[in-house]
Amino acid sequence: MSALRPTERPAIVVALAGQPNVGKSTIFNLLTGLSQHVGNWPGKTVERKEGTLVREGVQVRIVDLPGTYSLSANSEEERIARDFIIKEHPDVVVMVANAAALERNLYLLAELLILPVPVVLGLNMMDVAESEGIDIQPHVLAAALGLPVVPLVASRNQGVTELIAAAETLARTPEAFRPARPAIAAPHRDVLAQIRALLGTQAPSPYDGDWVALKLLEGDGEITALARTWLPAPVWQSITTLLAQHEDAVLDIAGGRYEWIARMVRAAVTRPRLGQISFTDRLDRIALHPLWGLLLLFAAFGLTFWLTFTLAAPVQAWLETGVVAPVQRWLHAVLAGAPAWLVDLLAEGVLGGAGIVITFVPILAVFFTVLALLEGSGYLARAAYLMDRFMHALGLHGKSFLPLFLGFGCNVPAVMGARVIESPGGRLLTILLAPLVPCSARLAVLAFLTPVFFGHQAFAFALGLVALNLLVLALVGVLLNRTLFRGQHAAFIMELPLYHVPNARSIGLFVWHNIGAFLRRAGTLILLVAVVIWALASFPGSAIETSYLARFGQWLAPLGQLMGMDWRLLVALLSSFIAKENAIATLGILYGSEESAQGLAAALAAAVSPATGLAFLTVTMLFIPCVATVAVMRQETQSWRWTLFSVLLLLTIALAAGVAVYHGAHWLGFGAVYA
Amino acid sequence: MSSTRKKPLAGPPATSLAELPTGTHALVRALRGGQELMSRLSALGLVAGAPVEVLQNRGRGPLLVLVRDTRVALGRGEALKVLVDTSS
Repeated sequence: MSALRPTERPAIVVALAGQPNVGKSTIFNLLTGLSQHVGNWPGKTVERKEGTLVREGVQVRIVDLPGTYSLSANSEEERIARDFIIKEHPDVVVMVANAAALERNLYLLAELLILPVPVVLGLNMMDVAESEGIDIQPHVLAAALGLPVVPLVASRNQGVTELIAAAETLARTPEAFRPARPAIAAPHRDVLAQIRALLGTQAPSPYDGDWVALKLLEGDGEITALARTWLPAPVWQSITTLLAQHEDAVLDIAGGRYEWIARMVRAAVTRPRLGQISFTDRLDRIALHPLWGLLLLFAAFGLTFWLTFTLAAPVQAWLETGVVAPVQRWLHAVLAGAPAWLVDLLAEGVLGGAGIVITFVPILAVFFTVLALLEGSGYLARAAYLMDRFMHALGLHGKSFLPLFLGFGCNVPAVMGARVIESPGGRLLTILLAPLVPCSARLAVLAFLTPVFFGHQAFAFALGLVALNLLVLALVGVLLNRTLFRGQHAAFIMELPLYHVPNARSIGLFVWHNIGAFLRRAGTLILLVAVVIWALASFPGSAIETSYLARFGQWLAPLGQLMGMDWRLLVALLSSFIAKENAIATLGILYGSEESAQGLAAALAAAVSPATGLAFLTVTMLFIPCVATVAVMRQETQSWRWTLFSVLLLLTIALAAGVAVYHGAHWLGFGAVYA
Repeated sequence: MSSTRKKPLAGPPATSLAELPTGTHALVRALRGGQELMSRLSALGLVAGAPVEVLQNRGRGPLLVLVRDTRVALGRGEALKVLVDTSS
């Protein structure tokens, strides 16, 4: 080991680029490990991952660009990736390609090579390519392309050190980088030259004139809009006239790139393919079968559901009784001399709120593990393909099915799970609809209260209320899709990657970062709101009956009358904002039967008519999501506006449904009250 | 803006990818549709002259094609915009 000495060699910045499903994140995780910082790209909902490694005394900063098929402005990911390269000037781009689908992967390389940055190509999944009968000679490819090519099997940590060494060497000697570059096809050569001439030097730094001219010819939306602001009107006029005559250039340019790729790989790739049936093909025969595929999907998702809530429940219970409760007792003991309100605030309010936050951790840990397994193995894309037909009607993507399905357990992972959907519109719509899936806490309230109000008909009413929720979900989906999300329907184009064994290290880091993000961003908000609501329910005095919350409920009494509810039911609803199951506990206190569940059932049955009970349950089922769900909605949408929109929408729907159900039930003769 | 302003197409009338039954091999002849859709499809390798194989087409819902060693799921609407030649 060499002694540490002050090095003159400055840090270098490496941008990691690649198409989706090439094992790029495995490589990123191998290189950076726990030095990673995960956040969002400024102002975007796309995740930004960055990490550092120190190699022979040199600090290498690695920025993981979003996985993109090209560098056109078709998606936010693509705009982020190219903006980073153009505006932040990384010293070198490492592009990871899937060797088993080399030509398609090199399309991104063809786009990278027209940007002013040196590129190293990493050929990942060499083992998969070999098993598919594809033989690739990396040095022959390197000679043809005129850039370093490093073969990799990232899943077995092969070649990654060589890859970063090649990147560093190239970053030190950028002037040596003279790669082959794709040239535009003959029919458009002249028009490209004309646009380039008209553009002159008017594309401001850091944009490159040649690149801007090419993107204009491709019809790139973002560059077209920018160029209009850069150029004097007459020049812009001439350019648009030219472009109008060459609208089909985008296809020829893409075709030209693929011809160039075919020339580049001709000598390096041989495929004596004998039409053998691959593992992926064999598995897909079942996974994509109209009947077996759906059965497999429900089995897989059912197992996900079961694992998430069965494995997590005991840990949750242990956290509550084994961690939160002792700390509460300890606080009471330590603060024996302090004012009672302060002790209560800390022990009940703050710790109670923290308890809510940490009880989500086991659920999320199991859920994110299973999600990483499903996504990493390639199965999630199959599930999305199978479900797309059914979700299409709601304006949703096939991938929306898994998060919504999980919503039956808990809405928090449902909202967070929506990030598997690439299109921003589809992701947002899924997040907005997720709270309409009745979660297990609401189902527990339903299971407790339906027998109280409806006796032996309880099951039918419970089923009807769940069906009402799903009906409302479908209606809201269709409605939002026709109004706010009109025309936002993203084309359904999705790669089904080859099946492979997911990487344990990647799964671990994925779970770690997601739980960290939940605790940091959503956790603080949940804690804050929980403390505020707790304080409203506890002050002044010590009983909820005389609290600010109760006064607020009494103030809302006229609204409650429309649904046949008195202030106590309203306060129960309000307290369910912290956690849905709180509704029962609050009712217990307010109807003076804390002691036993039977006592509460009897008291409620005596005091609340079936019509009122039905209205109360309807509102509970459709009411604003719990604070944890609201907090993750804010975290995932990065927008208070959409979060508040969702809360107000659900509030309106719940109250309207409550009023309608109450009057409907009365009309049907469920009003018979009070024994 | 018209979307079918390609040069007159030679040969038999164009078939769309959506019309091909499971197991058919074909060559892409042209793409229709807006700039963004064309850009996304061509980035995945669906450009003129590319060989495609229909892996699954059930007559409704999305279909599955193999293009350039990649299995791609396409919505029916998107598949209608891919014109192909089936010279067997």
